[in-house]
Amino acid sequence: MDHSGPTREGGELALALTVNGEARRLTLPPNVTLLEVLRDRLGLTGTKKGCDHGQCGACTVRVDGQAMNACLRLAVMCEGQEVTTVEGLASEVGLHPVQRAFLEHDAYQCGFCTPGQMMSASALLEDERIGSDDAAVREAMSGNICRCGAYKNILEAIHTAREELASQRKEGGIS
Amino acid sequence: MRSFAFTPAESVGQAVSAQGGDGDAAYIAGGTTLIDLVKLDVMRPARMVGVNRLPLNDVERLDDGRLRVGALVTNTELAHHPLVTAHFPLLSQAILAGASTQLRNMATTGGNIMQRTRCPYFRDAAAACNKREPGSGCDALDGINRMHAILGTSEHCIAAHPSDMCVALAALGATLTLVGPHGAREIAFGDFHRLPEDRPDREHEIEPGELITHVTLDSPVEGAGAHYLKLRDRASYEFALASAGAMIAVEKGVIREARLALGGVGTRPWHAQEAEQALRGQPPETVNFEKAAGIALRDASARQHNAFKIPLARQAIVRALEKATQAATDS
Repeated sequence: MDHSGPTREGGELALALTVNGEARRLTLPPNVTLLEVLRDRLGLTGTKKGCDHGQCGACTVRVDGQAMNACLRLAVMCEGQEVTTVEGLASEVGLHPVQRAFLEHDAYQCGFCTPGQMMSASALLEDERIGSDDAAVREAMSGNICRCGAYKNILEAIHTAREELASQRKEGGIS
Repeated sequence: MRSFAFTPAESVGQAVSAQGGDGDAAYIAGGTTLIDLVKLDVMRPARMVGVNRLPLNDVERLDDGRLRVGALVTNTELAHHPLVTAHFPLLSQAILAGASTQLRNMATTGGNIMQRTRCPYFRDAAAACNKREPGSGCDALDGINRMHAILGTSEHCIAAHPSDMCVALAALGATLTLVGPHGAREIAFGDFHRLPEDRPDREHEIEPGELITHVTLDSPVEGAGAHYLKLRDRASYEFALASAGAMIAVEKGVIREARLALGGVGTRPWHAQEAEQALRGQPPETVNFEKAAGIALRDASARQHNAFKIPLARQAIVRALEKATQAATDS
């Protein structure tokens, strides 16, 4: 992978990154955020623009596996990185356990915050440094605001997804 | 967002030379403060120098026990680093009390030290603010100043320093390494953040073009217990109304070493050195913690909406010192 990065000062810059497993090459001005690239340039509108200031979490995506606010990240700083959006959460075998659990527990009302919630949840479930009790999960998820107040069901969905991921791991079947 | 030029740097030397001491050029690492403030039109850099690819990601223990942290270590990585959780639990607790998972994943150690105040008048380009626009006045003085500072204020600025991590650094003691157009230098963490006085726009002892490359924590205090207590309007993802970072080491029933710093109440990360001095040699008892709190807040000065912070901070100090004592091992 080319890690040399954009070099030209001013004007448009070249950017190469991977989005949901697909290599992408773009040319763009430096003041474009990762969120704007995803939605406006790549048509991946699952990632939502909420507050646009890193306060609500609607724009949460995973960058090299870590949950981040796409609205506060300059796209040109994602050179060579792997970005996963909600569109990349499911695999060829079906929905991600987090997606299934959100459906099962009705963990949304209007749905606007849901993609961000699920991206944070999927990252948290892979992070062994974060505890699995209610308090630890709520703390880890506090960067995702839900104006409808679906928090209770979101929490339950995350617990269910954790159980499913654990049983998948036991069967050695998770990709 | 307004437009700007962008230069990515691959080495410290390249970054410093690209920045060139130009007051209109900003370094960008995690970007969580800078991009936010550019969108609000509060910061207006004509150029940005991207430093997120510099090789400043290491955490290493030096031979003398100090911990050297690269400026680009993220808040998440630093909080969970085994050397930090084992020897500097106050730092780990303070970092995890701040921001959200997403922001901690993006924000860096150097950037956290450089983060700007959350004063709503500073963040509103239409308001008077001596920090943003020197000489324009301060709308916070007679405005909604519930979140504002009570220590280190001046008639020109009462903005609170927002960082939790910096409270731990103030208590633990640390040295910053800066590299600029004229080479590298070191400065004590406690000397880095300035009081607002009559120049609230000058927030740091940093020269044009200088970049923080490392933060080196002082050697840990053996046997000490630590506690970071943050009081805020909601349980998570909120700035402190008052916070206290305390570290206590006890020997034969008396306090051998005490460290105390406050957040949410000071115009800079507030190191309560006189209170620490008063605690040393005393039994670790609540009555002495209350005395120390009184000393730490002796010069507190409130405005219309933030007088509640004085008793709140007092209680936070006492509780944090009690909790730190419980975590200490008497030797």
